[in-house]
Amino acid sequence: MLTRRIIPCLDVKAGRVVKGVSFVNHRDAGDPVALAAAYNEAGADELVFYDITASSDERAIMVEVVERTAREVFIPLTVGGGLRTTEDMYRMLRAGADKVSINTAAVLNPPLIEEGARRFGSQCIVLSIDARRSDPATEAATGSRWQVFTHTGRDPRSTGLDAIAWARRGVELGAGEIVINSMDADGQRTGYDLELLRVLSATVDVPVIASGGAGSPADMYQGLADGNADAVLAASIFHFGEYTIADVKNYLREHGVPVRQSPVVN
Amino acid sequence: MFAVINYGAGNLPNAVRALQHVGADLTITSDPADVLAADAVVLPGVGATRDTMQSLDKLGISAVLPQVVARGTPFLGICVGMQVLCSRSNEFGSHPCLDIVPGVVQRLPGGQKVPQIGWNQVCYSTDAAAHPLFAGIPNGSDFYFVHSYYCNVSDPTHVAATTDYGLAFPSIVIQDNLYAVQFHPEKSGHWGLRLLQNFVQVCARADMVRAG
Repeated sequence: MLTRRIIPCLDVKAGRVVKGVSFVNHRDAGDPVALAAAYNEAGADELVFYDITASSDERAIMVEVVERTAREVFIPLTVGGGLRTTEDMYRMLRAGADKVSINTAAVLNPPLIEEGARRFGSQCIVLSIDARRSDPATEAATGSRWQVFTHTGRDPRSTGLDAIAWARRGVELGAGEIVINSMDADGQRTGYDLELLRVLSATVDVPVIASGGAGSPADMYQGLADGNADAVLAASIFHFGEYTIADVKNYLREHGVPVRQSPVVN
Repeated sequence: MFAVINYGAGNLPNAVRALQHVGADLTITSDPADVLAADAVVLPGVGATRDTMQSLDKLGISAVLPQVVARGTPFLGICVGMQVLCSRSNEFGSHPCLDIVPGVVQRLPGGQKVPQIGWNQVCYSTDAAAHPLFAGIPNGSDFYFVHSYYCNVSDPTHVAATTDYGLAFPSIVIQDNLYAVQFHPEKSGHWGLRLLQNFVQVCARADMVRAG
């Protein structure tokens, strides 16, 4: 039986892992290669590096971080952040990433999804969507319940796109997986936006990865069992040792969600 | 020396890194002469069978692979590198493949998400469970899959392991010194590396038999 995936996400800036609350106020949490290896040992099913670097000099550091990680860690690695062209994607894939994640660049230039899928295969292209619940006036006027935002790091901008429609379009263009991040739930640690997950999972036929809001193993269970997500992405819940991957997997297993049995390494 | 075939497959660098990690002495090549001269051959793969066959045809690799396998050189096919071993593929219209493993490449059944992406259990066939390729790897261990098609292998005695996804499809085929896996051992963590290490050891033994 296909298992549900637990995916730690590491925000990386200039070669160091950081994680903020609601995307800002970064606290240093260490070396990405060491953390990736530690998460692999701890039973993570995949890893995501999200590059929050601003400058191109620092982007070169990210390529080097991906190369070092790929030599040591042999589970799927997704790299996102600042990838604007298929050449940008190629640099990360050649360095050892298995998938690339695009967000703002795809909204500004939707053919990028198609170009990436043609050149590298849909299985390489992850469309990441930042969504916020519409205010009642917008919902009444447009029927859109969640709106897509870009530039969520520094200065969130509404795109006027409906999140569900954008996800459907992204899959038509060739995205192989969708990461859906609820901006309302992100950093709150009170659980994923389950309604958003349910609607999205019922709409697209590619895997849906829940992001934003997990504060406990029970939240992750709900995202998978009630939200019908195929995988959960989480950062802060793991980074400071509050819960281990094993804690989450044990909880999920006890509640009937299939998860990968971590190898017992002698 | 292992020859890892370079025909533009996306997972080539990661397959190479994983093989080097378990101690394989390898060369990356697009040259049929290198493939013929190698002690063992690895065909990685991500993508579609039609594109892969076209690339292998253009390089002259498809002409030598049946010969390499027939004379007993250890061979490992990964994902699409497994699928092109079949007789035919139905992906993007029926077309011929290498016809080394009798069978047809078919789409995974509907009613579930296709492609299958993620970790799933690999369950050994009774007759294959004691094979050295599986040394130290418990039956039912999870491996990482990314695929929409699978090999519907004609001869069940070649199916060394199956995995359930809408049906029990062959996830490992063993036919003499030919090994083929539908999952990505280079991305399957500890057990994936162990499987590659076992393959390297199986190759070393085959080498000793030839030399002796």
